[in-house]
Amino acid sequence: MQQIAFTGLSVFSMVCALGVVLNKNAVNGAMCLLLCLAAIAGLFVELHAYLLAFILILVYAGAVVALFLFIIMLLDMQGGQRLRVKPMQGVAGVISAALLIVGLNLLAVRGRLESGPPVGGTVGSSLKLYSYQLFTTYLLPVQVMGFLLLVGMLGVIVISRRTGEREDSR
Amino acid sequence: MSPSLDAYVLLSAALFAIGFFGVLVRRNTLVIFMCLELMLAAATLALVAFSRFNNTEDGDVFVFFILTVAAAEVAVGLAIIVALFRRKQTIQVDHLDSLKH
Repeated sequence: MQQIAFTGLSVFSMVCALGVVLNKNAVNGAMCLLLCLAAIAGLFVELHAYLLAFILILVYAGAVVALFLFIIMLLDMQGGQRLRVKPMQGVAGVISAALLIVGLNLLAVRGRLESGPPVGGTVGSSLKLYSYQLFTTYLLPVQVMGFLLLVGMLGVIVISRRTGEREDSR
Repeated sequence: MSPSLDAYVLLSAALFAIGFFGVLVRRNTLVIFMCLELMLAAATLALVAFSRFNNTEDGDVFVFFILTVAAAEVAVGLAIIVALFRRKQTIQVDHLDSLKH
């Protein structure tokens, strides 16, 4: 049963990821990204990371993809730009694609990671342990994250204000 | 029968490779950005799988931080793209060559 769910979700996520990459229309690409993230959240649930699945749906699907859609509509992009590859870009693309394929192949053929069977707890105990770690071992990173969010917010305000002033002065 | 750790890591690597491929071949800044998000999500999948199969919470906590950083990154990145569009009237990377030579 778990194997069937895993296979279905993994195939679905890879198809949607290819949809993000290959879609000419950026709005369709954003929708594919949404579906791909939903599939990854399903995989999180299968890995018993319920809180992370919830946060992934909330932050990525709810906020990030919506923001992407807003910006796509704001900029009113022309889809269907044809792909023109310069020689250097072609060489770089071929080399990196070859490296990726070799790496994936190696991982598939001889990747035998040592691991025991998955250990699962109940949802409540896992949540308690999670928050305990967050407020003891990882207290400093949590505060650094808060500072990072503050800096990011200020940075966004400054970036959007400066361009506005220049447009006025032109 | 539940899927093995290898299966999760392989899926994560495949998703990462697809995202990387998108960053290489696409010419639209927004689509490149979406592919970057895809790569980040693939990395989080590997972390969660390692965390579950090794019976530890550290990977999960790291994913929490990665999601926070990704949210901040998207906000700043999209603001930069909008500012770039206002200045240059394009977001195709082929036309953004001010730093060349």
